[in-house]
Amino acid sequence: MSTETHVVEHGAEPAFRQHHFVTAEQQFATSKIGMWLFLATEILMFGGLFVGYGLMQGVYPEAWVAGHHHLDRIMGAINTVFLLCSSFTMVMAVHYASTDQKRKTVLGLLLTLGFALGFLVIKYFEYSHKIQDGLLPGRYFSYAGGGPPQQAMFFGFYFVMTGLHGFHVAVGIALISWLTVRASRGEFSSAYYTPVDLIGLYWHLVDLIWIYLFPLLYLVS
Amino acid sequence: MADTITKPQAHVLAGHHDVDYLHDGSLLSWLTTVDHKKLGVMYLWSILFMFFLGGVFALLVRLELFAPGHTIMDAEAYNKAFTLHGAIMVFLFIIPSIPAALGNFALPIMLGAKDVAFPRLNLASFWIYVTGALIAVTAMVTGGVDTGWTFYTPYSTTTDGSVALMTFAAFVLGFSSILTGVNFIATVHKLRAPGMGWFKMPLFIWGIYATAIIQVLATPVLAITLMLLIMERAFGVGVFDPKLGGDPVLFQHFFWFYSHPAVYIMILPGMAIISEIVPAMSQKTFFGYKATAFSSVAIAIVSFVVWGHHMFTSGQSQLAGAIFSFLTFLVGIPSAIKVFNWITTMYKGSISLQAPMLYALMFLILFGIGGLTGIFLGAMSVDIHLHDTYFVVAHFHYVMMGSTVIAFIGGLHYWWPKMFGRMYNESAARIAAILVFIGFNTTFLPQFLLGSRGMPRRYYNYLPEFQFLHQVSTVGSWILGLGFLIMAGYLFASLRKKMDAPANPWHARTLEWQIPSPPITHNFHEVPVVTSDPYDYYRPFVPSVKGHH
Repeated sequence: MSTETHVVEHGAEPAFRQHHFVTAEQQFATSKIGMWLFLATEILMFGGLFVGYGLMQGVYPEAWVAGHHHLDRIMGAINTVFLLCSSFTMVMAVHYASTDQKRKTVLGLLLTLGFALGFLVIKYFEYSHKIQDGLLPGRYFSYAGGGPPQQAMFFGFYFVMTGLHGFHVAVGIALISWLTVRASRGEFSSAYYTPVDLIGLYWHLVDLIWIYLFPLLYLVS
Repeated sequence: MADTITKPQAHVLAGHHDVDYLHDGSLLSWLTTVDHKKLGVMYLWSILFMFFLGGVFALLVRLELFAPGHTIMDAEAYNKAFTLHGAIMVFLFIIPSIPAALGNFALPIMLGAKDVAFPRLNLASFWIYVTGALIAVTAMVTGGVDTGWTFYTPYSTTTDGSVALMTFAAFVLGFSSILTGVNFIATVHKLRAPGMGWFKMPLFIWGIYATAIIQVLATPVLAITLMLLIMERAFGVGVFDPKLGGDPVLFQHFFWFYSHPAVYIMILPGMAIISEIVPAMSQKTFFGYKATAFSSVAIAIVSFVVWGHHMFTSGQSQLAGAIFSFLTFLVGIPSAIKVFNWITTMYKGSISLQAPMLYALMFLILFGIGGLTGIFLGAMSVDIHLHDTYFVVAHFHYVMMGSTVIAFIGGLHYWWPKMFGRMYNESAARIAAILVFIGFNTTFLPQFLLGSRGMPRRYYNYLPEFQFLHQVSTVGSWILGLGFLIMAGYLFASLRKKMDAPANPWHARTLEWQIPSPPITHNFHEVPVVTSDPYDYYRPFVPSVKGHH
């Protein structure tokens, strides 16, 4: 093992390098592990919801079918397209950040933000319709049109699942906005683009969860 | 890409970092520190305070049970007292305890690292813990909770009290646990010193690593369970309410899917500490290193598939019960492997009976009892009779308190000189240890008898035939409390002494004993190069840290 020693003066290290890491590669690889572990926790959390949803669907299939008819498949499909596109633009942003293309990085991030915001806008319309029609969870279910009573439970799941997901979209929007600001200041380069990469991973997971949510909720029958 | 650094690089920092970490920076700077050692110390005071709070509730519960019927409080207050005892002890004390306090302090140093992988995340973890603690305290003073710490539905979705607030506190605390787990896994994978392969890591690291895996994978399920519970209370969603078509047993499945692995989050770090104390204070190489290392991971994995043993009487199918029963027996095997390895490590060793070793020996006895009674309960046919009796209460106190807390105390004494640069009074420590051992067994051994004779748990009132054993148990709780008071006394007294503890009072071999007591902020002046295994007592000491005297 070589015992070459290398004196680094305090302050001569790149600004992004933390003192307890020896190389930038080590720091980047470690950060990636951290993000993947966090994503595993997100999968388990949503997984619990999916299991509960699936179990209850098995017990009340008619209520689930009735409930899902109230969901707008077109809006859901548009949202799916939005998120898929946003994942693509995010990948491009990461690519441009890692190849020192600042303007295209910012463009990629802005487009991602656009699709994400579009998602939330559609969600706003969907939620408004539900509230108008009384299709609310549990004891607030006041839909006048009849149908199996466990639709209230379906909508309980619907709002918790899409609400939790929407919360994660909102957090993603905040994070990507922060990234956009930093990118426009030239803080990312091929030497350091870790935040773009990690938040990209997060965003892909948010997209992936929706890919599961959409058929589970909107395509029941 | 190598997981260890292949080229040692000396970071010659501009000379001002030779002060020990306790004196580095103002008092206020501790609140925003990213130093794992300072965070470990802050966690330590926090969890010790929570232990005290939970202990007060325990003493109140035991006092109430001194006589049947009303003794010092009414039934409603009693329900709140045992619920808060459980919730505080589980979520605010024992789950964070060893990983956050001792793990944070020791793990990076034992790996030869200067800090954990994500120091700022570590700071966030701490403040998230404090936030959760404040929310929990708010829940306690705004009506309390009377559901038992397990929050079973439908009672928890319909009863008055601060259930939503308390479960939200647990939800927040869960994030602290998850982030600590993420940090430790990344640190173990990526920040080991050059030369420290996986099988040269101290066994404490293996134990904390296995714990971290459970923290990361299990806690999110608790998060969603509690969230669904809160939704049920807020919106009447009906998932768990039979009146609305829901399934209360579903809540139990969700709850125990986390909470069973959670108990291994509690015991694995305790076992990890014993794996350090025993070789050091037997001055002998660890017997069965690889078996013990793998057993930690095996326990972590198997812990995920046994949750149904909490639900033998809840209505799950007999087949499911039988499978869970069988898998529960399986999880006893790696635990037994560890016990045999610890004992064999001690065999023909040069054993020192100072405080940490006293606690390690206590652990061996009390875990033997606690673990074995767990197997008794794991037998479905036996559990039918013992479920929800004091037998269960005794079992889990033997493993949680008699094993984990005893190991924690042992670890606290073991690393105390390293953390604070002072030795505590050994005679006082021995007195406290004896009182703790006698007090603990006096409190909980009778509870096995109470349970097998039919005394149900969580009951406020009981038949006169049970009174004598209840009284013995209560007196035991006083002896235990006295032991802890003495312990607090000499530990705090030690902090007022001069910082003159030796770097290696136990003549141990792991890396933390090769740096000063207490360490400098960056732990090491240079990254150590590890060439020896962590328990190489079979040969004279060869330092890995340069400049070590």
